[in-house]
Amino acid sequence: MTLLTALARLLIFPGLLFAVPAAWFFLWVERKSVALMQGRVGPPFMQPFWDFMKLLGKSTPARPGIAGLLMRAWPLIAVSAAAGAVGLLPVLPSSGGFEGDLILLLALLELPSICIIAAGFSSRSIFGEIGSAREAALSVSYNIVFLLAIVSIAASQHTFRIEALAAAPNSPLHWLGVLAILVCLPAKLHINPFSLPNAEQEIYAGPMTEYAGPELAMWELSHGLEWVAGTGLVATLVAPHLAIPLGAAWLAACIFVVLCVVIVLLLSALAAATARLAIDSSVRFYWQCTLIFAILAVSSAILMRIRS
Amino acid sequence: MAQRVANADGGAPMKLLKRLMCTARRRSPWLFHMNSGSCNGCDIEIVAALSPRYDAEQLGVRLEGSPRHADILCVTGPVTRKAVGAVKTVYDQVLGPKAVIAIGSCPATTNVFIDSRTLDGPLDKHVPVDVFVPGCPPRPDAIIAGVAKAAGILAERSMSVTAGPSASVAAATFAQDDKQNISDEPVKEVQQ
Repeated sequence: MTLLTALARLLIFPGLLFAVPAAWFFLWVERKSVALMQGRVGPPFMQPFWDFMKLLGKSTPARPGIAGLLMRAWPLIAVSAAAGAVGLLPVLPSSGGFEGDLILLLALLELPSICIIAAGFSSRSIFGEIGSAREAALSVSYNIVFLLAIVSIAASQHTFRIEALAAAPNSPLHWLGVLAILVCLPAKLHINPFSLPNAEQEIYAGPMTEYAGPELAMWELSHGLEWVAGTGLVATLVAPHLAIPLGAAWLAACIFVVLCVVIVLLLSALAAATARLAIDSSVRFYWQCTLIFAILAVSSAILMRIRS
Repeated sequence: MAQRVANADGGAPMKLLKRLMCTARRRSPWLFHMNSGSCNGCDIEIVAALSPRYDAEQLGVRLEGSPRHADILCVTGPVTRKAVGAVKTVYDQVLGPKAVIAIGSCPATTNVFIDSRTLDGPLDKHVPVDVFVPGCPPRPDAIIAGVAKAAGILAERSMSVTAGPSASVAAATFAQDDKQNISDEPVKEVQQ
């Protein structure tokens, strides 16, 4: 991957120029589909964009000292990490990549969550601290499953290159891994039934309680970019890469967007159909119900590797 | 007022940006709901305004958990003496540009609790109120109309506030607005 293609991927497609409108679009799809499922009309198409613009124009309280500096820095770090994660996705066929980019992608996907935890604690609001503690507990539980699922996919192909994983023929093990990632996505995106870190009304707004104006706009954007990165990761893993002719980049891009929207719709249906779980139930769900499948997937991937 | 602002600072991109911000503020009113000793009647109607039958989200309305996120403060109740401090604190926690809606007859006039020794109302004694939604309780349609009106006021006000050089003009219009809203016409009717 040359510097030029890397910049093009980071800034144009699937990076910032594509990812920011896509983030707004996915946020709209989520809100609109939940509204339709509840028998409402829902927000207009441009709503996430208007929300973002309005928040940019609002004032922020004066926060002197290092705490204020940190509070301004966390959302920016979260946005850049999420945008970088989107930029790493191998959406176009033969778009390059490097050995080990999967590890970088996982780190970048995890960074917004760490920023949220730190943001809640640095805001020194009691509600922010509760939200951050919940986010930390949730993150410890779903990440084990999430990482084991990705490791099982990577171990079966014996590579840490995302493009190689995406292009690999789909085996039952691959699908098991994708399923496990899908189970973790609601917790990663803080939607129902795992919306407890920023439990609206219950603990005010969780880690975001003290954030306002442009900082909140950045959090909204990073949340949207997380949607793109999370659904995009699953979309690239399930996309039929071999069936696409090499020249048809637009076809690959279209398939990517369609798959992403389908996953967003699936997750919204789950969010509309469920209520918020308590923290102990959520943690128990990941540790008791899904961990066993993730361990099975990893061990069978390693066993298959040894046999072949 | 809009013409005066447009003359005050030229530049097509700035004007475009200001118009964009104005539209954004009108289209994305986020509410924070505060109960200052209400009987819960108006509070139920606010929730009803967000339900499938009335669906205020079509206007971009979102009920926020934190006053820091909100643009519009919806106050219900006749402001009891215990609630005065909370009302003032929450009003200060909402960041500008902001608007206040008094929902129901209680915050407007203290309603049937008038002259009660446990009250320190009505609401506009403590914070500037932009829109009054009368009714005991008001219908959800009236609340939505009030929110739309407050969002319009917010957008209009933002046109004057964001104008850098004409800050004094903005302050003057602010004062004028407040005077109009509070002392001249104590109750602004919302079309039902």
